[in-house]
Amino acid sequence: MSDALIEIKSVRHAYQTASGPLPVLDGLEVSVPEGGFVAVVGPSGCGKSTLTRLIAGLMKPDEGEVWLHGERVKGPRSTVGMAFQNPVLLEWRSILKNVMLPLEIVKTPMTAAQQEARARELLALVGLEGFEDKRPSELSGGMRQRASLCRSLVHKPEVLILDEPFGALDAFTREDLWQTMLKVKEEEPFTGVLITHDLRESIFLADQVIVLSGRPARTQYVMDIPTNRTRTLDDLYTPEAAERLNILRHQIEIAQGRAPANGEAA
Amino acid sequence: MLSKIAVPLAAMLVFLVLWEAIVWINDWPNYIMASPSDLPAAYSKFWNLFLIMGWQTLWRTVLGLILAIVFGVVLGMVMGFSRTMRDALYPLLVGFNAIPKATIVPIVALLFVGAHDFNTVLIAFMISFFPIAVSVSIGLSTLEPEYRDILRSLGASQSTIFWKIALPKTLPEFFGALKVAVTLAFIGTNLMEIVSPHGRGLGALFDSGKTNSDYPLMFAVLIALALLGIVLYYIVVWLERVFAGWAERQPT
Repeated sequence: MSDALIEIKSVRHAYQTASGPLPVLDGLEVSVPEGGFVAVVGPSGCGKSTLTRLIAGLMKPDEGEVWLHGERVKGPRSTVGMAFQNPVLLEWRSILKNVMLPLEIVKTPMTAAQQEARARELLALVGLEGFEDKRPSELSGGMRQRASLCRSLVHKPEVLILDEPFGALDAFTREDLWQTMLKVKEEEPFTGVLITHDLRESIFLADQVIVLSGRPARTQYVMDIPTNRTRTLDDLYTPEAAERLNILRHQIEIAQGRAPANGEAA
Repeated sequence: MLSKIAVPLAAMLVFLVLWEAIVWINDWPNYIMASPSDLPAAYSKFWNLFLIMGWQTLWRTVLGLILAIVFGVVLGMVMGFSRTMRDALYPLLVGFNAIPKATIVPIVALLFVGAHDFNTVLIAFMISFFPIAVSVSIGLSTLEPEYRDILRSLGASQSTIFWKIALPKTLPEFFGALKVAVTLAFIGTNLMEIVSPHGRGLGALFDSGKTNSDYPLMFAVLIALALLGIVLYYIVVWLERVFAGWAERQPT
């Protein structure tokens, strides 16, 4: 898989704690082709967030290698965009200025006017037109998450890392944002890694779902989702979707140690 | 808008009336407790001294406060960014703050005998930097890691993260501490002014009132101090609104 944009090769990592090293990743293999969108699911505390920090270059693995676009990741790089469960918008800035924040850090050929136009365009794309001058505290949770998404994309990153971005939202808002996400992906192609706890979310958004084992995490199961047509929420209520969810749920049970690894799907 | 000024003014008026009434009902002579009606005479008699001494107290307090802000912010940054420094300095700071500053005053007065201005500014500074240092260090050390990660993942330097995120995010806590520090600095200034011989400022005027058994003068000084305190406090409130007004939620 030399054409992969993100490649994680046999990564091991342990955190040093008071009671000795705590291994979180053990032989992790992930490979995402350019334009691919991979969802990573797994039991709580299995090292999913560690994975995002490795890809973003915020930390180095004890063993193994992380490659982005044919280059080994040794530190943070401006070609990455991140969004978290907590939208972490800066309360003292307007929504527009929040979205433009990365452009103040990353070197960009855009002029000031182009930067603003770009930010406004993204905000319009996610349905936040007219809220550019509002403060984050004046927006609902879902709207804040939309703004956070715009901020992670404004500098045209190659890789978008989403660490449970919809985790704190109510079910209806979440489904709205899934659809926004697909729209954004169409207009602003990126290569994405989505960390999530929501299996429906993973099969709706991603073209590949990776199940991690319990801690220390390794790649336990990989499921490809066909992406040859426009997705709608109705797709989640088809027999195929039900079967996929069933398989994934069973894999999660194995990862949690609640089902034998060689058992048949329930 | 009218009620914003009228309500506190009415409260002050009620306070003065109650004060007058208590003195009148108990039939206290002014060497036990002066009443508000004694004050105008005291002010008009020593008007000139009030202006001179008031100015001395004010500039020494403000200077001590500015030093406390500079030192407190730097100390808070050191403790906020480094766990080791926080562990090392916290007990020391808490111990220092637990010492009543009234006990430091004679030591400082003897140490730098005769240096009134320096001594006074020093005590005002010593008494008021603690809340500022603590608030800044807490503000910085409780910064959610995601805020850091957002900028760090783009390759931002530590100083960029400080100026763009950590500092503005700490401002509401900083101003909260500054409101406490303002009134503390006044206490520090006056402790030194009262204790040191041939002192200056409103504290010395209070002391001379005591020496001359001029009780209305002593109470007049207290009220003057209160007024200065109110003015400085509201200057801080105004600064807070300018620099950290975003933290104030609009009533809905």
